[in-house]
This record gives sequence, structure tokens and C-alpha cells, in this order.
Amino acid sequence: MEILMCVVAGLLFAASVYMMLSKSLLRIIIGTGLLSHGTHLMLLSMGGLKKGAAPVLGEHAASYVDPVPQALILTAIVISFGVTAVILVIAYRAYQELGTDNMDQLRGIDTDD
Amino acid sequence: MSSLHWAILAPFIMAVFVPFLRKKAASIHTGWFVLILPVVLFVSFLQYLPFTMNNNSVTKTAAWIPSLGIDFTAYVDGLSLLFVLLITGIGALVVLYSIYYLSKTKESLQHFYVYLLMFMGAMLGVVLSDNVITLYMFWELTSISSFLLIAYWFDRDRSRYGALKSMLITVFGGLMMLGGFLVLSIMGDTFSIRELVIKAPDLNNHPLFLLAMVLILLGAFTKSAQFPFYIWLPDAMEAPTPVSAYLHSATMVKAGIYLVARFSPIFAFSGYWFWIVSAVGLFTMVWASFNAVKQTDLKGILAFSTVSQLGLVMSLLGAGSAALHFDSLENNLFTAAVVAAVFHLINHATFKGSLFMVVGIIDHETGTRDIRKLGGLMSLMPVTFTLSVIGAFSMAGLPPFNGFLSKEMFFLSMVQLTELNLFNMQTWGILFPVFAWVGSVFTFVYSMIIVFKVFSGKFQAEKLEKKPHEAPVGMLISPVVLAVLVLVFGLFPNLLSYSLIQPAAAAIVPALLPAGEQLDVHITFWHGITTELLMTIGVVAAGFLLYKFMSKWIGLYNYFPGKVTLNQFYNAGLYTAERGSNAVTRSYMTGFIRSYLVYIFAFFIAALGFTMWAKNAFRFDASTTSSIGVYEAVLVVGLIAATLTILLAKSRLTSIIALGAVGYTISLFFVIFRAPDLALTQLVIETVSTALFLLCFYHLPKLSRHEEKRRFQACNALIAAGVGIMVTLIGISAHSSKFFESINEYYIENTYKKAGGENMVNVILVDFRGFDTLFEIAVLSVAALGIYGLIKLRLEKGGESSENK
Repeated sequence: MEILMCVVAGLLFAASVYMMLSKSLLRIIIGTGLLSHGTHLMLLSMGGLKKGAAPVLGEHAASYVDPVPQALILTAIVISFGVTAVILVIAYRAYQELGTDNMDQLRGIDTDD
Repeated sequence: MSSLHWAILAPFIMAVFVPFLRKKAASIHTGWFVLILPVVLFVSFLQYLPFTMNNNSVTKTAAWIPSLGIDFTAYVDGLSLLFVLLITGIGALVVLYSIYYLSKTKESLQHFYVYLLMFMGAMLGVVLSDNVITLYMFWELTSISSFLLIAYWFDRDRSRYGALKSMLITVFGGLMMLGGFLVLSIMGDTFSIRELVIKAPDLNNHPLFLLAMVLILLGAFTKSAQFPFYIWLPDAMEAPTPVSAYLHSATMVKAGIYLVARFSPIFAFSGYWFWIVSAVGLFTMVWASFNAVKQTDLKGILAFSTVSQLGLVMSLLGAGSAALHFDSLENNLFTAAVVAAVFHLINHATFKGSLFMVVGIIDHETGTRDIRKLGGLMSLMPVTFTLSVIGAFSMAGLPPFNGFLSKEMFFLSMVQLTELNLFNMQTWGILFPVFAWVGSVFTFVYSMIIVFKVFSGKFQAEKLEKKPHEAPVGMLISPVVLAVLVLVFGLFPNLLSYSLIQPAAAAIVPALLPAGEQLDVHITFWHGITTELLMTIGVVAAGFLLYKFMSKWIGLYNYFPGKVTLNQFYNAGLYTAERGSNAVTRSYMTGFIRSYLVYIFAFFIAALGFTMWAKNAFRFDASTTSSIGVYEAVLVVGLIAATLTILLAKSRLTSIIALGAVGYTISLFFVIFRAPDLALTQLVIETVSTALFLLCFYHLPKLSRHEEKRRFQACNALIAAGVGIMVTLIGISAHSSKFFESINEYYIENTYKKAGGENMVNVILVDFRGFDTLFEIAVLSVAALGIYGLIKLRLEKGGESSENK
């Protein structure tokens, strides 16, 4: 299962990189979303999967799954949501102001630098 | 920290207060406050004279970076004291002069004096540091302050050009010198110059010896404007004249001389040292004096003349290094060269300092420094004329001025070199006096130009911007003091011999001196009819003829190719370097975000792939994996299908929904993998963010998906596949190689005991890692503020833009 999850995470990474390399701003944002999904899956499978009960002591189980990756992922989910939200609004505003979401057209002109 | 350290730091501390003095006491020229410091320093350093006169030295150490063996060690011996007195003494005169030179209403004096004090402190640091790293630091500070001072009138093109040029060349040399210092300290295992001098005989056979020597000499030659690095000095004349007098003639350019003198005891055993230092010095002297004659700007003449005189001192130091090849002081003629070098150093500071100030006065009172416009000022500016006669005749080597004495000693040393039976001197030795003589003839010619082209001949009032008159008394004080010194040192040279010259020369050749003995330094006017006297008479005769018939032969200079000069070489080099680096940068900084992402991902693949291959890090161990159930298989298929949909989707809506599907699948995975908190959070977040996506993009008009070329897509796919494969490989390797137990046991044991909670994930987040969560909340608040700001920005700007329409 862990090996399979690694492959799936790799697949999500590949898809996200492909999306990020395209020209459309929306596709880039979707790419970052996929990237965080891939990372979360990867983190979770690092701690081993299905090795015991859910990490709640009330279960009185003999063994529990690793709680540390879960805590990390929980933080990461929320942060990545914050990031996605900000980028989305920026993209939306850029689109409204400039009328394009093509990254090639959003490139700064030479006199800017 | 001793008083010696505070003396070095005093100018820097003073510099801090200069802007306040300028602001609070604007009615008084800031120079008056600054003047106090060099005078106090000069007087207080005089108390070291009794120590150094007996060839003793004073060392004070303050720890700076003890773990690296870098100390702030101040070391006063004859050589450093000579330089300190030059720096503070000339410094005081220059500050006094600048008070009358720079207008207190028009110029930004605070900058000038801050830079000047910075330079003074840096220069004191250079000559008083025993630690090579400290020396290097102060050395570069002098380059920086010189840069700032040359560019003082920064609105002039030539000033900026000159400043940049001097900076590039001297800092290049400084870096080479740092390399030399490091090599030397590796060889000798110490940063202290004194300890290196003690170890000198062992260093001599070290394989890195020559490298260290060449690097350090590069530092000295760039700073002291030796051929071919001298080109920065004429352009540095764009600085205000007090700066030219101080930095670019009396002190900073002599830092290279100081360096050569200071390191002579270490390197002078080598024949290379003798050849490089004396040949470069002598060639510089001839070349620069030859070029000085064709200059039309008075400061240009003085700049080339400074280069030439520095070459003279340099060649004397080179000749003096031959002294170390004899064991005893008896019949050792070459210590005389060292003595001559030190003596000429002092003389040059006096007569060149006064000449620069004279030129500054001429510039100030007539508005031009062009000798073609000047003439006949003798009766209008009699004091200035007298000063320039004293300075220029001393420079030309005429009696009874001090320049005559040191020029004679120079000739003597060069003649003696022909008798040296070391380093192939039998073959080449004769060239030394010949070059020295030719250089001196041109020196005589340009000295005469300075005096007679300006002060005699026809007065051309119509070419001058101002009506010339004698300078104010205050402006004349400093050059008068220096000119008096020129005369005094000329008539009574033995005032200096055992107080300053002997200790300084002894510090250059310490190995020769048994404890308690002194070098024989007795300078006299009359030696009888000797070779050097005949040479001087020859110089005067030839120089006079050349000056008289200058119009006949001046055309010779036109035969020198104007295009193939060192300056052209420098300009072309700089231009090519700028263009080249610009082109290289532009070739990869494209401005397209995709390019940058490609670099990042390509580097990711290459670096990790290489590490994995080189370290043989890939592991595959499926023994501890858990089983794959039906649910998981179904979810994996669903996840892959959703991902592919995103990749292939034609419309926005489809891809947004597919992204949502991926998110929900992930949350189902969390359920199966026994992570209920994650599953809940993921569900909520996914819902909200899908809603946000839809809000932002659903209502916008449909855009065509940017059509991309097939090659472009293939390239993207290749990079994407590479990243995916790398991630998979790393994941599998990380899973298959467990080097230690997970820390989860700690949480399982302590969650209830220490935090009183049962849900481990929650307890970790809000208790064990509470701060983490707190800052996470902060991040979210910042994000919320950002989003709010962006929306608000739209309202305001939208209003504006509609108005504009």
C-alpha cells in the first residue's frame, strides 16, 4: 500500500508540475493545489499506513497509527488553503484589471527592471 | 583596547559627529572642527619618536576574532611611525587648506569631511596593523574612501568615471593581496607580520612563496599606481584638489610603497623580488615622466609626476633588497638605497603636497588648470610663484632643495647596481642608471613646464574665467609650511636622518642589524665630483635643451598610437564585461515565470537524481507494507481519473470540479488511513476552496485554453514526469530505509498524562506544538487581510479607472 501511495503521490506531483508549467494562471493555481495534495499523501504514507487504530486514546487499542504526520498534514492543509485563497484572489484581480490570464502576457516589460 | 587603538578609531568616531557639527554650527566652516583631530594625533604620535629612534617598537593587542587568530594588533616601529606622521601631518595641512578651498555655503562639507576622516582612520589602520587581515580591511577602506572622494562632485561624468576606475583597479589589487596574505599565512601559520618576518628564512623555500609574492605585489602596484596599473591615477585627479594632494600624492598611493617596505624582510631574499620591484619601479618612473611632458592639464602633469616618483621610490626599495644578500653592514652599499627610498618618500610628500596646493590655488583663482590658457602670472601671484619654484625645483632635483639630495642618492644607488654580481646584473646592470637618468631628464622638463608655462610668458586675460589675484592668506599657509620644509630638509637633512629615516630604513632591513646598532645615515651635500653629480649636471643640461626646443620634438608623441593605450584597453574591457554579463543574465532571466519554474524543477531532478545515483541511495523494501484493499484500489483509480481529467479538461469548470474530486478522494483516503481529523478538515477546506474557485472564475467570460505547441507540451511533460518519478523514488527509498524509531511513542504515552487530552493529533497541535498553531492562525489572518485588501483595492481603482474613461 505504501509503495502504491508513493506512486500515486508521484503521479500527483507530475500532474501538478505539468499544470504549473502551462501558460494559464488558473492552471498554475490548480497545479499548486495538486502539489499540496501529493505532499499530504506522501507525508501520511511516510508514517506507515493502517498500522493500528486512529490516534485517539479512547479507542484503547493495542497500537495506534503515527500521530505526528497527521498533525503536520493538518497544519499543511490549512496553510495551503490560505495560500490558494490569496493566489486565487490575486489571479482574479489581475484578470479583471488586465483582461488576461496568460502568463506570457503578464510578463513585465523590460523597462520595469 | 589601548590608546593606540583609540587613535586609529578616533577619525571614525569623529566622522560620526561631523554631520551634526555641520548642521548645528553651519556658520563655522566644519573644517575647523575636523582640523583639531589630525593636529592632536600628530602631536600625540610624536611621543613615540624616542622609542623608535632606538629601533624599538611598541605593540598593543586587542582581541577581535580570537577563534580565527585575527587580532587587532597595533604595532609602532620606525616605518609605521613615519607614515603615521605623514598621514596626520599632511592631513592637518590639507584640512586647513580645504577650509579655504571649499566654500562653506556651496559645497556639502559634511560628506567631504566624513570621507576624509574615514580615509585618515583607514590609512592609520593600514600602517599600524600587524595582523594581515586587519591590514587588508583597512586597505580596502582606503580604496572605498578614495572612491567616494574622487566622486565628490558626482554630477560630473569624469568624476564618476575616475572614481569607478580607481575603485575597480585598486580593489582588484586588494583582492589579489588578500589572496597573497592567505597564502602567506598558510605558509607561516600565522597572520602576524612580525611572526612571519621571523619565519622568513623558512618561507623562502616554500613552493607557494612565489605565488604569495606576486599576489602581494599586485596589491602594492595597483595601489601605488605602478605600470601598467597607473591609469587610474590621472583620472582620479577629478577629485577636489585637497584630496589629490592628500590621497593621490602624499599618503594613499604610498600605501603600496609601505606594503613593499613592510614585506621586504620576508620576500627580499628572492631574486624575483629584486627584479620585479626594481624593474617595474624604474620603468614606471621613465614611462610616467615621459608621458607627463605632453599633458596640458596641470593636475594631469602632477598625476603622471606622482606615478613617476612612486616608481622611483619603488625601484629604490627593489635595489635595497639586494642589501639582504650580504651578511654584514660593512661595505654594504645597498642599505643606502633603502635610506634613499625613505628620504625621498618624505621629500616627495613635502614638495608634491605643496605643488598640488599651488595648482589648487591657480585653479581657484583663475578658473582653469590648462597650461595653454595660463601664462604671465608671476607678477600677479608672487607668493604662489615662489612656492611653485621651490616645489618644482625640488622635484627636478636642483640644489639646495631636498629633492636634490634624494635624487643624488637615487643615482648613486642605481650606479652601484651595475657593480652588483648577483641576479645577472653583470649583463643588465648598465640599464639601471641609464633609465634613471632618462627619467630624471623628463622630470626636469615637466618641472620647468609647471613653473614657466604658468608664471612666465604672455598673460592671456581673455582666456581666463576670473580675474586672477593672489590667494587668501589662509589658503597659502599649508603650501608655505610644506615649502619651508622642502628648504629646511634640503639645507639640514640630518634633522631627519636619525629621527625618522634611520628607524624606518632599519625596519625595512631588520635582518642586517645586530641589536642596538643603527644604520649609517649621514646625508651631505658635497661628495666631491662623483658620478651622481655629473649625472645631475647632465640632467640639467639635457633637460634645459629639451625644454628650450620643445616645440621641435613635441610632435614625437603623435607617433605613439592613440588607439592602443592602456586606457582604451580598460574601457574596452569594462564595456565588454558589462555587455557580456548583461547578455548572459538576459539569456536566462527571461521574465517568463515558466522559465524560472523549469530551472527550479530541472535543478530538482538533476540534484536529487545525481545524489541518489552517486550515494547509491535507492532502497526498495516491501516487507513492512500493509495490504491493498478493495476500497483503496477503487479510490486510487478514482484519483487517477480525476487527475487525468484536470490535465485534459478543455473548460475551467471541468478542471475546477475535477480538482474538487481529487480533494474529496484524498479525504476518503484519510478516512481509510485512520486519520479522522484530517478527513474532516480536508472535507471542509475542499468545499470552501472549490467554492472560492468557482466564485472567482465561474462568472468570468470563457477564455480559450492557450494553445501550446506540441514541442512545448512534450517538454513540460518530460519535466513533469521527471519530477514525478523522482518524488516516487524518494518516497519509496525513505519508506524502505528506517534508521530509527518514530517519535510517536512519546506522544502515545504522554498525551493523556501531560496534556489531559485523548485525541493525539489535537493535543499535538494545540498543546505540544501550540506556538506552531498560533502562528498558523496568524498566517491565516494575514492571508485574510490580504484578500480583503485586494478586494478593497478593486473598488477604489475601479472607480478611478471609470472616471478616467
